Amino acid sequence: MIEVVDLYKEFKGIPVLKGITTTFEKGVTNMIIGQSGSGKTVFLKCLVGLHIPDSGIISFDGRKHTELGIKEHRLLRQEIGMVFQGGALYDSLTVEENIMFPLKMFTDQSFEENLDRVNFVLKRVNLENANKKFPAELSGGMQKRVSIARAIVMNPKYLFCDEPNSGLDPNTATVIDNLIKEITEEYQIITVINSHDMNSVMEIGEKIIFLKDGVKEWQGSNKEIFKTENEAVVNFVYSSNLFRKVREVYLKETK
Amino acid sequence: MNYLKHVGKYFIMLRQVFRKPQKWSVFQEMLFREIEDLGLKSLGIIAFISFFVGGVIAIQTALNVDNPFIPKYLIGFATKQSMILEFAPTFMSVILAGKVGSYISSSIGTMRVTEQIDALEVMGINSLNYLVLPKIIATVFFYPLLISLAMFLGILGGYFAGTLTDLFNSEDYIYGLRLDFDPYYIQYALIKTVVFAFVIATIPAYHGYYVKGGSLEVGRASTQAVVWTSVVIILLNYFLTQMLLA
Ligand SMILES: Nc1ncnc2c1ncn2[C@@H]1O[C@H](COP(=O)(O)OP(=O)(O)O)[C@@H](O)[C@H]1O
Ligand SMILES: [Mg+2]
Repeated sequence: MIEVVDLYKEFKGIPVLKGITTTFEKGVTNMIIGQSGSGKTVFLKCLVGLHIPDSGIISFDGRKHTELGIKEHRLLRQEIGMVFQGGALYDSLTVEENIMFPLKMFTDQSFEENLDRVNFVLKRVNLENANKKFPAELSGGMQKRVSIARAIVMNPKYLFCDEPNSGLDPNTATVIDNLIKEITEEYQIITVINSHDMNSVMEIGEKIIFLKDGVKEWQGSNKEIFKTENEAVVNFVYSSNLFRKVREVYLKETK
Repeated sequence: MNYLKHVGKYFIMLRQVFRKPQKWSVFQEMLFREIEDLGLKSLGIIAFISFFVGGVIAIQTALNVDNPFIPKYLIGFATKQSMILEFAPTFMSVILAGKVGSYISSSIGTMRVTEQIDALEVMGINSLNYLVLPKIIATVFFYPLLISLAMFLGILGGYFAGTLTDLFNSEDYIYGLRLDFDPYYIQYALIKTVVFAFVIATIPAYHGYYVKGGSLEVGRASTQAVVWTSVVIILLNYFLTQMLLA
């Protein structure tokens, strides 16, 4: 379990996260939602240790960030997989080299063993015959798959995804969402996903945290998000007409 | 005041760079890649420039010493001295600062703004050590070879200039080359080269690594990197010359 207690983070005196408390369990898709600029990325980067919070506690199965030395922190990071918003693939390396990179760096396996593992995860994300391609030669959806493959190649206990389906067409976005959900359940990972896309939320949001201006406004599941009376959530979710209609129908039916 | 902050940050960066590589095999692979990207790929331009600059120095000197009381071997002597002492180590380093410096800062800067550096850090990799140390080792060990080649080709360029134009003859030129030859000059030039090589690898790395924003800022950082690298080379050249020769 990941525990976050009263997390604060500011940049040059401007507060971005204002005291966030929550927990994330394994095997479920946890989602952080909120408008652009609400602090989702900063929150995720605090979780993985790319930003140092100004105060608050972050603990991964009892290991608190603040109590770890540099070495222990690096070890913890080997249990973390992260999918960045833009993919963040190493553009001087091929698909195969990108995914093999953490294996080469942190294991003493032979090249053949590494290659087996790479091909296994590539198959898992349904991307075969792209081993020798460079990131620039791939479509957005393929880049995301490679990025997910790289994030899970070390068998992480924790998986973080920053807007994994931004910039993808709706079909591909749904495929990527479901892929992340399947992987989470299959390997019992603690997964946290940032999103501002309501489709994803409805598709895979088992536990949802709604951030507004750096504050946790609301928390619940994708079933509850329809029924909530919280004004900020309703405004965010139903900024789309389609969802507003769906809500009306849903509320009528469940009455 | 602001400059001081950058200088401090630069040295703090170096402390992170000089760590033991996390995996030697990966380091080695990076090192070979950098030797090719930062060294071998500059071979052509350095050879081309030094050969013609050597030729021009010889011709200029010949045209300026048409006084019969000044011996012709002075042309060879002057070409040798200027190539070894300044043109090869300093002038070529400034050219490398432009070519290699902009490459280093834009490639690292792009990695920064596309979150590739974050991706390294999340994996538990010391990104500064991983990215910058191989560049330093590559330039510090390879550039002395590159600059020695530049010295040789410059002097050769002078020789060809003489034989092709009849401005001076080859015996005089070679006599001038041998005259008052002091191996310490080569040593001095190579010490300078090593220092400049370090500057060429690290200052652009600093500018790229700490860039914030998007591709526009990466471009700006790489211009800044070239300017500062050249300025620092010229200043260090002055101080090193005073220290080593005066
Ligand atoms: N490195 C940084 N330095 C200064 N301000 C930042 C930095 N990163 C994010 N911010 C600010 O924090 C706020 C939240 O940003 P972010 O977490 O990226 O939003 P989101 O991911 O929800 O769109 C924004 O106002 C942004 O300008
Ligand atoms: Mg974001």
